[in-house]
Formats: sequence, structure tokens, C-alpha cells
Amino acid sequence: MPVQLERQTKVLTGNGAAAYAAMLCRPDVVAAYPITPQSEVIEQLAKFHADGVLDCQYVTVEGENSAQNVVCAATMAGGRAFTATSSYGLVYMYDAMFNTAGYRAPVVMINVNREPPGIHAVCSGQQDMISVRDTGWVQLIVEDCQEIMDTTIMAFRLAEDYDVQLPVIVNYDGYYLSFLAESVCIPGSGEVDQYLEVLKGQPPRPRLMPGDPMGCGSHGIGMGYVELRKKHMAAMERVKTKIDEIDEEFRGAFGRGYGGQIEEYRTEDADIVLVTSGSAVGTARTMIDAKRDEGIKVGLVKLRLFRPFPTERLCQALKGKKAIGVLDRSICFGWNCGPLYMETRALTPEIGVVPMLSFIDGLANMDITQEHIGRMIDDIQGASEGRPYQEVTWLP
Amino acid sequence: MSAKEIRFHGRGGQGAVLAARMLASACAAEGKCVASFPMYGFERRGMPVVAFTRFDDQPIREKTQIYTPDCVMVIDPTLLSLKNLFDGLKPEGVLILNSPRPFETQPHPNLKKAAVINATQVALCEIGRDIPNTCLIGALAKATGWVELDSVLKGLGDYLEGDMLKRNIRNAERGYHEVEVTTW
Repeated sequence: MPVQLERQTKVLTGNGAAAYAAMLCRPDVVAAYPITPQSEVIEQLAKFHADGVLDCQYVTVEGENSAQNVVCAATMAGGRAFTATSSYGLVYMYDAMFNTAGYRAPVVMINVNREPPGIHAVCSGQQDMISVRDTGWVQLIVEDCQEIMDTTIMAFRLAEDYDVQLPVIVNYDGYYLSFLAESVCIPGSGEVDQYLEVLKGQPPRPRLMPGDPMGCGSHGIGMGYVELRKKHMAAMERVKTKIDEIDEEFRGAFGRGYGGQIEEYRTEDADIVLVTSGSAVGTARTMIDAKRDEGIKVGLVKLRLFRPFPTERLCQALKGKKAIGVLDRSICFGWNCGPLYMETRALTPEIGVVPMLSFIDGLANMDITQEHIGRMIDDIQGASEGRPYQEVTWLP
Repeated sequence: MSAKEIRFHGRGGQGAVLAARMLASACAAEGKCVASFPMYGFERRGMPVVAFTRFDDQPIREKTQIYTPDCVMVIDPTLLSLKNLFDGLKPEGVLILNSPRPFETQPHPNLKKAAVINATQVALCEIGRDIPNTCLIGALAKATGWVELDSVLKGLGDYLEGDMLKRNIRNAERGYHEVEVTTW
């Protein structure tokens, strides 16, 4: 009889919320290696396992590359698998991440955003998630502890959906969210079981079993390769509407929803829009309200889905606006701007040619303050009124 | 009660991070919205650590560090010499200080109340180690009245158990009853 837990509200860190969510989804296998600022996630899962709350195989691997290979294999054998990492750990499993995605193995992984190697910074920053954007994984990014909880649960629902069958990363900002303690509603285990029940009714996935030979990860040359790539991309495209549906289902079941691919905040009558993601969204909300009080018609788009990129919904939200700003917590070499900015900029034919401003802030734990966001909004407003503007601004 | 922001200054190993969380749990026990996080780079014992706690009747949306605290808690007395310790302190500001000496001169014009207790000595007596954090949360409850002692004690249960919980409850209670408050 699996452990039954009642719904409760507790003060949890972002890491704690991720661990509770993973536990509630009853993974068969957890394999992970500790790294700041993620360690608390797997320490808590290890405790759940030791206390008998989490009935799984907890594989203590010697590094992240092995962790990724273990969880990939576990899902190929038909299991549910979870891992968590950050920064150096993420790039140490880089090759294995391509395998997992290429095998269409529905692993769920937490990535606690931290600056990658090079300039050694044990600090928040989203460069790590940007560095794996073309591995073929679905990537989500969230704003607060409750959303970490809820999105991790939704990530299993999404990854294992028959129409998707892709690995999913749930990203959240190191320090600003990983160590942020907030009151979090922890759903009851019965509620989560019921929410994920629909996955059991799907056609079975091919499964690696001893005594039942099956090719997996074999050579794909020429058209064989092309076909698999095309199917992978088609599955990625299906993620967009699927995540909107799953979000709605989740709202129905738990009373909380997040808008799916993106959330629009006060955009409807807005002249100008700020686009951003992660913990900066919460701070941005307070400044959108403050600037509205000053008479500036500004709205906010929160990007939740990073891969695939929510082009259609973004176009809908941004079309007809007079100027757009994009706030990145990472940089895009080669284009001399923020990566989310670069991708939003690629929507120009659909949304119209308007001033677009890139803001780079929050690198290496630098605080994205209310004052910074106020300055960004003033710059976007100025650009919308025809004043000269700088395309890329590094803050502070 | 309106929103309050508290900034904690301690050193790695003294429990500044946990103190900030425990205060959040105490406020949450009273039905308030809370948000608390620390800011440090590498985890190193003895290194200065800053932590932040906000509480409010409304949901707390901003995810920034605290620049205009209502209260500053200094867990390590040597940090009293930090040049920017009282930066941004709001009028009617409060200081909660671990120190063996009373506090006589007003260090900042916005500081209206200094609550001083030799929390290291209390902790050595009650816990047997220099972890003065829970004593200082008790002192904060008394000096500010922002949170009940009962809620503080309840909040400790989220983080500690068994003998350590009992010792820390005594630590917090002594902070509440023995703190000395100076006002200007």
C-alpha cells in the first residue's frame, strides 16, 4: 500500500517544494548528485526515501552524467524517473541529455539556475538553461515556490503524455527561489495520484525488458535520422497546446493555474510590454502596478515555456504594442543581447516593427530590483514615444 | 499590521539563514504571508551572511533583497562595525543585537529601539554551542510585538525536533524574557 499523505500548508523553500512535488508523483527511480544550490532537493528526497515516505530506487551516483543515464534508462524500462541538478552538473550531463531527448525518454528534471563554469560564480543566473536549449528537452521556468510545486507535478503529466513523450526540465532561479521560504500548499497524495491517473490509460510505450529484445539508440543514418528528428520536432510543437490544456486541467483539480505557455499581466490595454521569466516576474508585477499608477500603460508577459518557444501566444500578446522590452538573466554571445530578447525579436514580422529593447540584469546574484525594473519601463515608454533608445542595456 | 522587512546579519554557522526562516514560520503560523531567503556565495563557516524576511497581510510578490528594513538583527557582535549595517533603515527602526555589552549611543538617526541580549552566553548555557539565533528571535518578538512568543515556539517545530527543539524553545523563551530594550 503506497504511503498516503494529507493536503497541508507548510513554509517551504523552493527546493523543498520541488522535493515534495517529486515525492508526490511517486517516481520509481531517483538518481542525482548534489550541487549548490540544488543539494537540498535531493537531500530531502533521500530523507523521504529513508523515512519510507518515498518508495523508489534511490541511486547515489558518482556524478551528473551517470545520474542522467540512470534516469534515462529507468524511463526506457517503463519507470517514472526524476533527477535534479544545476549549472556545472547540467553541463556535465550534456551528452546524456541528448540521449534522453533522442530516446524520447520522459524524464523530469529540476534545474536550479546558476551561472555556468568559466567565471566561477556560485550564484544565480540563467545561462545554464540557455546552454542546453537545443538538446531537445522541454523547458519550463517558474516564478515562486508554489509554482515550483505545481509545475513539477504538471511536468510529469506533460512528459509522459502519449502525444509528447519528451523529457522536461523545470527551471527556477538559484538563491532567489531555491532558498526562498514561502507558505506552500502541498497537495494530498490522493489528489496527485488522481491527477496523474490519466497517464495509466494511455497506449503503452515500448519498453526495454530482459528477454524481450528491442533496438534502442541504434544508428540512424540518412532518412532514418531525418524521420526521427522530424517526429521529435513535431512532438515539441504539440507541447505548446498540451501545456495549456494541462494547466487548465490542473486548475480544475487543484484550483491554481498559471496560464500554460505564458501568462499575461495587464497587457490587454497596454501600449508597452515587458517580457521576462523566473523570479524577476514577481518583482516586475509590483512595478507594472506602480507605473500604471503613474499613468504609464505597461503590461507584463511572463514566459513559462522556453522550449518549445511559445511563438503563437507571444505574437498574440505582443501584436500592436508600441514598444517591447525583454529582461534576460543571461547573455547571448554572437548577437550581443539577451537570449530571450533574441528569440522575441525573431517574431518581428508577426508583431510588427516597433522599438525592442534588451535588458541584461541579475547576472551572478545581482539583484533585479524594483528600481531597475522601473528604469526599464521608463526606457520602453520613452522608445514608444519616439525618444532615442539604447538597444541593449546592461544593468545595474 | 502593515508589511515588515527584517534583515539578518550573521556569520556562516550561526544560524542566520535558519533564524530568518524560523521567523517566517512564526509569522505564517499567525496567518501572515511570508517570504524569506538568504544571500551568500560559497558556504563557508565564519563568512558574513545576510538573510531577509518579509511578512505582510497581502501576498508578497517582489523577490528582491531588502534595502529599507524595519528591523536589523545582528547575530554576530563583530558585524556591528559593518559600514552599511543601518543603510536604508526605516524611521522607527529596530535593532536586535547579540552582545555582552549594553548599547548606549544611537548609531543611526532612524534607529528608535535597540534590543540587546548576550545571546551567545544564553545559547552556550541552553544548547551548549554558540548558536544564538533562536534566542534572538525570542528577543525580536518581545522588542517589536510583531509576532507572539507562542508562534515563535511553534515555528521552531518546523525545523527542530527532540532534545534540540526543547533546548531551542528554552533559548527563545530566555531571549523573550531577558532582552533589554533601549529607546530613543
